[in-house]
Amino acid sequence: MIFSRLVALALAVALAAGVAEAQISDGIIKIGVLNDQSSLYADLTGQGSVVAARMAVEDFGATAKGMKVEVIFADHQNKADVGANIARQWYESDKVDVIVDTPNSAVALAVNQITRDKGKAFLVSGAATSDLTGKACSPNTIHWTYDTWALANGTGNAIVKTGGDTWFFLTADYAFGHALERDTEAVVVKNGGKVVGKVRHPLNTSDFSSFLLQAQASKAKIIGLANAGGDTTNAIKQAAEFGIAKGGQNLAGLLVFLTDVHGLGLPTAQGLIFTESFYWDMNDKTRAWGKKFAERDRGIHPTMIHAGVYAAVLHYLKAVDALKTDDGTKVIAKMKETPTDDPLFGKGTIRADGRKIHDMYLFEVKKPAESKGPWDLYKLRATIPAAQAFRPLDQGDCPLVKK
Amino acid sequence: MSSVFGIPPQALFGQLLIGLINGSFYAILSLGLAVIFGLLNIINFTHGAQYMMGAFVAWFLLQYAGLGYWWALLVAPLAVGLLGVALERTMLQRLYKLDHLYGLLLTFGLALIIQGLFRNEFGSSGLPYRIPDALTGGRNLGFMVLPNYRAWVIVFSLLVCLGTWWVIERTRLGAYLRAATENPTLVRAFGINVPRMITLTYGFGVALAALAGVLAAPIYQVNPLMGADLIIVVFAVVVIGGMGSIMGSIVTGFGVGVIEGLTKVFYPEASNTVIFVIMALVLLVKPAGLFGRAQ
Amino acid sequence: MATVDEYVEAPALPATSATLRHQYAAFAVMVAFFVLAPFVVYPVFLMKALCFALFACAFNLLIGYVGLLSFGHAAFLGAAGYVTAHAAKVWGWPPELAILGGTAAAAALGLAVGALAIRRQGIYFAMITLALAQMIYFFCLQAPFTHGEDGIQAVPRGTLLALFDLRRTMTLYFVVLAIFVGGFLLIYRAIHSPFGQILKAIRENEPRAVSLGYKADQYKLIAFVLSALLSGLAGGTKAIVFQLASLTDVHWTMSGEVVLMTLLGGLGTVFGPVAGAFIVVTLENYLAQLGAWVTVVQGVIFVLCVLTFRRGIVGELARVLKKSL
Repeated sequence: MIFSRLVALALAVALAAGVAEAQISDGIIKIGVLNDQSSLYADLTGQGSVVAARMAVEDFGATAKGMKVEVIFADHQNKADVGANIARQWYESDKVDVIVDTPNSAVALAVNQITRDKGKAFLVSGAATSDLTGKACSPNTIHWTYDTWALANGTGNAIVKTGGDTWFFLTADYAFGHALERDTEAVVVKNGGKVVGKVRHPLNTSDFSSFLLQAQASKAKIIGLANAGGDTTNAIKQAAEFGIAKGGQNLAGLLVFLTDVHGLGLPTAQGLIFTESFYWDMNDKTRAWGKKFAERDRGIHPTMIHAGVYAAVLHYLKAVDALKTDDGTKVIAKMKETPTDDPLFGKGTIRADGRKIHDMYLFEVKKPAESKGPWDLYKLRATIPAAQAFRPLDQGDCPLVKK
Repeated sequence: MSSVFGIPPQALFGQLLIGLINGSFYAILSLGLAVIFGLLNIINFTHGAQYMMGAFVAWFLLQYAGLGYWWALLVAPLAVGLLGVALERTMLQRLYKLDHLYGLLLTFGLALIIQGLFRNEFGSSGLPYRIPDALTGGRNLGFMVLPNYRAWVIVFSLLVCLGTWWVIERTRLGAYLRAATENPTLVRAFGINVPRMITLTYGFGVALAALAGVLAAPIYQVNPLMGADLIIVVFAVVVIGGMGSIMGSIVTGFGVGVIEGLTKVFYPEASNTVIFVIMALVLLVKPAGLFGRAQ
Repeated sequence: MATVDEYVEAPALPATSATLRHQYAAFAVMVAFFVLAPFVVYPVFLMKALCFALFACAFNLLIGYVGLLSFGHAAFLGAAGYVTAHAAKVWGWPPELAILGGTAAAAALGLAVGALAIRRQGIYFAMITLALAQMIYFFCLQAPFTHGEDGIQAVPRGTLLALFDLRRTMTLYFVVLAIFVGGFLLIYRAIHSPFGQILKAIRENEPRAVSLGYKADQYKLIAFVLSALLSGLAGGTKAIVFQLASLTDVHWTMSGEVVLMTLLGGLGTVFGPVAGAFIVVTLENYLAQLGAWVTVVQGVIFVLCVLTFRRGIVGELARVLKKSL
């Protein structure tokens, strides 16, 4: 009897709290940057994403418009349970309205689910799995920057067409690695190539020797690295140690970032081909932004993930300003209706499945002689127009897409 | 999940060699642990953190003092060994009268502190450490290219292990140490400073761990968590070999590395668990370990 | 054979009604606190504390009353979490059956691990449990149904006994509280029973107990399985609360955490593990922003407790009050 009274009391309190939804909740727009601050993805996301989010808030002119915006951040340590708990606490107890970035596809999938349950907003820049706009698509999530399908389509196509038709995959053993391997395998097979072997390695592996030996034994022409960050750079360095290239095999980095190339150095990384959606040295606008970013982030130039966080937050704030509410589902819907325009990605659109559409670029790492500065690292090989860069809308199994 | 078609000799020998390299680390680390446990009855959970500190000292030396690998091989074990001595003097000594489990808990707590501090400062992905110039390059063995550095690791570890074994089992100092464990009062009555021996022995075991850390720095990336999961494998090795047996831990260390390498060829998914399966089997059949003395 | 007795006062069995009264009073205070707290404190945080409190109590059964330090208890917590998550999500079981399934799995695992480990004592026992738990960790890493690094996500909370919708936080909270209280009382009953008396006898002088005809190994094994079972109950409940089962719960650092909670609270005391769990979970929550400082603080607590504070918080309190808690 007391129990049910208590429950009723608790429910009443909860109901009362939930009524005030028609305006910006508690007057503040709270943006939570959830990413890897201390582990293998810390350089390509980490504090840089926080800087990018803050730059977006300033460039939007929030204070001038009378909007109170706050940016907080947390480290999910690449663990799905840590990320999920932070997201849950942020939404339920700390009044966060939108979570951005979230590299590590396992964490992103967990946060995707919680955001949907709570009706908030989730702007993904860091994570790669194409499932976020596929089976796991949600009316509360927008997948910005890139995804595994776009990477596979860009890099995979280019490599197979130049003769790399037998592949061995070295895959990070979690959602991202599996998705990247799956999407790239599909491209290879579609172009007449063959996958002769695969091996899965734990996330944050430091010693690739036994995996590289297996790759050597397979005699595949291409060793596809379906991993990212520290895993990719370690594999590349150790492949040199074991004479992989001398044995006639080539490494294909399927997801490589500016900070990885900078860390490897041009002598080791030269000639690597990969797909990205942003590079700071493409045009005047990106250059200007890149320099401003570097000043605020200890001289480190922005990766495409940082750029994605900036663009997504900017577009989000525009939508909130137009609707005068921060209800997650409504804002995401508005963001999908409005075409995007920012100095970094130019003009673009967001599809019904939450996929942001923009051009993708095929880059090659410069030779040391071609580079004029410590961050002058890429040359453009090809542009993949937006209409072809991403998985067609009807192929993703997204329940939000009407057939 | 690997699909290796057939079992070409290239794959087999290559993985065996990698297994021997891993085994070298298991051997040196379990040797340090066995020395500390066999002679002092302390389970040194901090061993993994001390291994990590050895690698970091090497990195510091290169980064801030310009001193390379060869200096590190000498300086790091000394430095970390001294820290170990300080630890033993200030904290471990107080626990000798109590249940041995408290030693385990203390060293576990210390491992957490050390690893946490390093992680705070350096993040948890690796810091690069260059292979020393004299050992770069590789030798083409036909079935694989064996990097010179990794060959050096095997040779050097064998020397260190056999050297330690010889000191403990065949010299007078070693005899004193072994006697002191069995009957400290009697040995003290002969005028030998037993507490000091214990302290030095602990320092030596820790120095071995740090040495392994320096060896690992160029291959495994210097990172704060490098010892954390490794330490448990080493515990399993020590249990298999027999907790107090020096030769047992050396042989088991190399042996386990080789078996792990073989498993990677035939059944890669199980390569992590095979050591523990072996441990479970050994415990069922011979609880004192393969080379251990019955309790 | 070195036993826990050397450094911890043997928990007193209720010889007088006065002792019982104090323990009942403490129990009432504890339950009152947990009933009122969710109206003030974030309930999900409290549920986490309750699950860990149950876990720590289960662990304490083994170290405090049998004298065996298990360094691999996370295996039972985590494995049960996986089984419960899988049952609820993939097989569509209602939460009560899913949690029971997880608990049963943990008990079975406890039987297997215990049978191997009981043969040895003291440090060897600890090492063996640690290594076996690591083996279970790697199994969980590889097994397809656990999804490795991704874990089992989006576990439905479901409807308990087709009556209580567990998606309502407060409903879920009181269910979790009921589970905790049930587990706690079960442990209390086990300790203060003839079975508990035999365990005490075995701990104090095993050869003598054996000479009196008690099969010591069997009793130790039963205690081990009971401890594993209740750890599994905590793990399964946790999976439903957080709707997630992940590798963190089977990793050896989790085994270390439960040791920390029990040590801090007081080995061998009745209420110690609850206090210890609550404090450690609170600490982690507030220090989470500071990243790896959590580990450092945990380590410092370990070191301080081992060197100077071996009785733990509740143990010291009991000594001051001259009562058994």
